[in-house]
Amino acid sequence: MKISDIIPLIEAVNETPDADTGKEILCGYTCDLLSWVMAHGQEGMAWVTVQTHMNVIAVAVLSDMACVILPEDIRMEKESLQKAADEGMCVLRSPLSGYEICGRLHGAGIPDKD
Amino acid sequence: MSTLLHAEYPVEAEDYTRAGEASADIKRKLKQLGVSAQVLRRVAVASYEVELNLVIHSMGGTLTLEVSPERVRLISADRGPGIPNVELAMREGWSTANETARSLGFGAGMGLPNMKRNADEFAIESEVGRGTTIRMGFLLA
Repeated sequence: MKISDIIPLIEAVNETPDADTGKEILCGYTCDLLSWVMAHGQEGMAWVTVQTHMNVIAVAVLSDMACVILPEDIRMEKESLQKAADEGMCVLRSPLSGYEICGRLHGAGIPDKD
Repeated sequence: MSTLLHAEYPVEAEDYTRAGEASADIKRKLKQLGVSAQVLRRVAVASYEVELNLVIHSMGGTLTLEVSPERVRLISADRGPGIPNVELAMREGWSTANETARSLGFGAGMGLPNMKRNADEFAIESEVGRGTTIRMGFLLA
């Protein structure tokens, strides 16, 4: 399943229009503790988090994730979105809760991390 | 042992906005050298953890990258304050991160154990009042 497939599924807005939404999503994850995510991040991961500062993008890029998903219409800082655009990381914003987002992704066949 | 690449990155204490820039550059350079994706990811995770440690815990320091045909080496050397109990600091879940770090989602006490897990070689030396040096190696062959 590609990023472009999950956008309608989780009713999301793509906050990084120039990012490649053809990237394949290999697994899903949710956690707001960045040190924890660094230990468990994986390639192709769709990561749901309420954190919006610049380090979120650094963690996603360094772990080769597919995209970052902000739940409950949380807005990411402009600087973070700029960094995401610079690094080619896709950031989605969804009105749904993290629980509902993960439920829909899992239901659509996106597995847990290894 | 010939050196293919040598780069040094100064890292400032408490500079959260630039945290990760050194690691991103290290990852880019190694990718250009053709380092495999599997090793690249382990180096990226470990370098980000050590860079964050410099930002969160140190009084500033330098992250050094050295690449030879055999291995990637990362060396982090800071100006203090030093770790009083390295054994305790290595324990998963132990953290002395301040409120700022914790509010950003750091300070889970995963940094040092995560570095050790991702590196093939790991050594830490610390002296209170002088500083901490962490050496990591990632085998390429």
